[in-house]
Amino acid sequence: MSLTNETIKDRLKGKFGDQVSNFEEPYGLLTFEAPKDLNLKIMQFLFDDEELRFQFLTDLTAVHYPGQPGRELAIVYHLHNLRDNIRLRFKVFTPIAQPDIFTATQLYSSANWMERETYDFFGVNFVGHPNLKRILNVDEMTYFPMRKEYPLEDQTRIDKDDAMFGRGPGGIVSPIDEKVGPSTVGQAGPLNTADAGGATSQDTRAGQGADEAKH
Amino acid sequence: MSVEHHIKLPEGSIEKTTTTLNLGPTHPATHGVFQNILELDGERIVSAEQTVGYIHRAFEKLAERRPLYQITTLTDRLNYCSSPINNMGWHLTCEKLLGVKTPKRVDYLRVIIMELSRISDHLICNSVVGVDSGAFTGFLYVMQYRELIYEIYEEVCGSRLTTNMGRIGGFERNFNNAVWEKLEKFMEEYPAVLKEFENLFTRNRIFMERTIGAGPINAERALNYGFTGPNLRAAGVDYDVRVHSPYSSYEDFEFEIPVGSTGDCYDRFLVRNGEMWQSLRIIEQAYRKIQDMKGEEADVYHADAPSYYLPPKKDVYTKMEALIWHFKIVMGETEIPPGEVYQSVEGGNGEVGYYLISDGGRTPYRLHFRRPCFIYYQAYSELTKGSMLSDAIITMSSLNLIAGEMDA
Repeated sequence: MSLTNETIKDRLKGKFGDQVSNFEEPYGLLTFEAPKDLNLKIMQFLFDDEELRFQFLTDLTAVHYPGQPGRELAIVYHLHNLRDNIRLRFKVFTPIAQPDIFTATQLYSSANWMERETYDFFGVNFVGHPNLKRILNVDEMTYFPMRKEYPLEDQTRIDKDDAMFGRGPGGIVSPIDEKVGPSTVGQAGPLNTADAGGATSQDTRAGQGADEAKH
Repeated sequence: MSVEHHIKLPEGSIEKTTTTLNLGPTHPATHGVFQNILELDGERIVSAEQTVGYIHRAFEKLAERRPLYQITTLTDRLNYCSSPINNMGWHLTCEKLLGVKTPKRVDYLRVIIMELSRISDHLICNSVVGVDSGAFTGFLYVMQYRELIYEIYEEVCGSRLTTNMGRIGGFERNFNNAVWEKLEKFMEEYPAVLKEFENLFTRNRIFMERTIGAGPINAERALNYGFTGPNLRAAGVDYDVRVHSPYSSYEDFEFEIPVGSTGDCYDRFLVRNGEMWQSLRIIEQAYRKIQDMKGEEADVYHADAPSYYLPPKKDVYTKMEALIWHFKIVMGETEIPPGEVYQSVEGGNGEVGYYLISDGGRTPYRLHFRRPCFIYYQAYSELTKGSMLSDAIITMSSLNLIAGEMDA
């Protein structure tokens, strides 16, 4: 366990300078970010370097962040140095309009299916992949289902939104006040203009009830 | 094939020298729903192309709309031969994110359950290798003890196959006496059974002839293909998550990592058998440690984490505090910190990883499962190239391919 997060960070900084950024250590796992066209170079460096030897690809996946224009898709690599038993995670961001990224299949045979899976669910185009086609979904599928624009359920449902559980922007404001509330107000508008009619019908009904009570 | 042909082919027909064979998706020898399109030259495999995804259930998408404790049921259905390991792995992931610290007794109880699952997983795999090489007896013989393991699950959590066992922070209830009695019975009787099982196979001439040299892989290729678990260890790499990144107090136990050398079916079989012995050792140690506990410590079965651990039902009906927590947890109103977690456990097939991204919402922003099966199955065409069809079948069962884990 001679290799530490600090050493890895220094080696990467020494090799790639400011291009590798956002170093963090959430729960002890070294995490950093790299530009998309450097992903393969960084992996090659981590793989070949005498000291680093990150030669095991643990996991490869993607995350969709629709709220980050130009950086919507994050491709996340988990690498493991089995000799020194140390892991790292690095991310590469790519715009969703052109999700091209170099494949890691030359380096890791295991990347083949992991990249196919990532393509299948997020539409990341791994340039140079020997057989980039869908793997778990049907070939006829025309969209990439793990992207956030495809909701799991009926999108008009609000009862499972975070706001329903006291997590809305305004604290524990019920979404009913925001979403259902305005619509009833909208309906109330025209009713108000025909005020007389509504009022009279209600009055007559009340009158009938009173009559029945008398009988 | 430049041999003289005696069969007159019709004019214009294309002469094909290889045969295409669809092995699966519902072939009885595949033990699960996946397809292999084999190109055969006689009985030798020229190439194999795998198709997976027949039971894809979109777990990762489903998880984005479920609170943490509802995801446990999804993990059951990954590797359904050892679902408790997946359950525990998921709870450990949540605990890492939420910062819940579990007491030692909970860790040891988990270790017992996880090692029992490992035994039942390896038991099925190894006995099925036997079935596929023509020996049915072993399979029927050990089934009885898998049944005993399932009875233990049943006493602990109420179900057998898809267990949904435990909660974030511990177990839903303490182990009752029936669990301990059954566990004692298992510890007492199982070694003799495993010995007999080994006697049936390990030095069996037919079994050895069938498995030695079938589907081999060397350490370098295995690592490159992302092998983990017994399949990697059979190739000679002693990587075990329990030792390399200990979780659930595995560092308190003494055990060995059995390794092979050739990475063929026979070595995989031996490694799994060796691991079952080690699992027994671990279970015995954990049992002793729990029996030696005194006082308050001896009754703990969950962490003190009221905001994540569901209170006992009796208290929910009678105590206001418990009712409030129950409501808050079920409705997903308890605090979940934003963060990124990767937690892995040593599953039946290797490193089962959970990559969880939380944005502070009640459900994960993203959850990815690292399924060992999915990753190493891609080596199958390399493993079987040039081998006989019957070897390919044995290779498939000795890799322990579980369709549920592959397709998520």
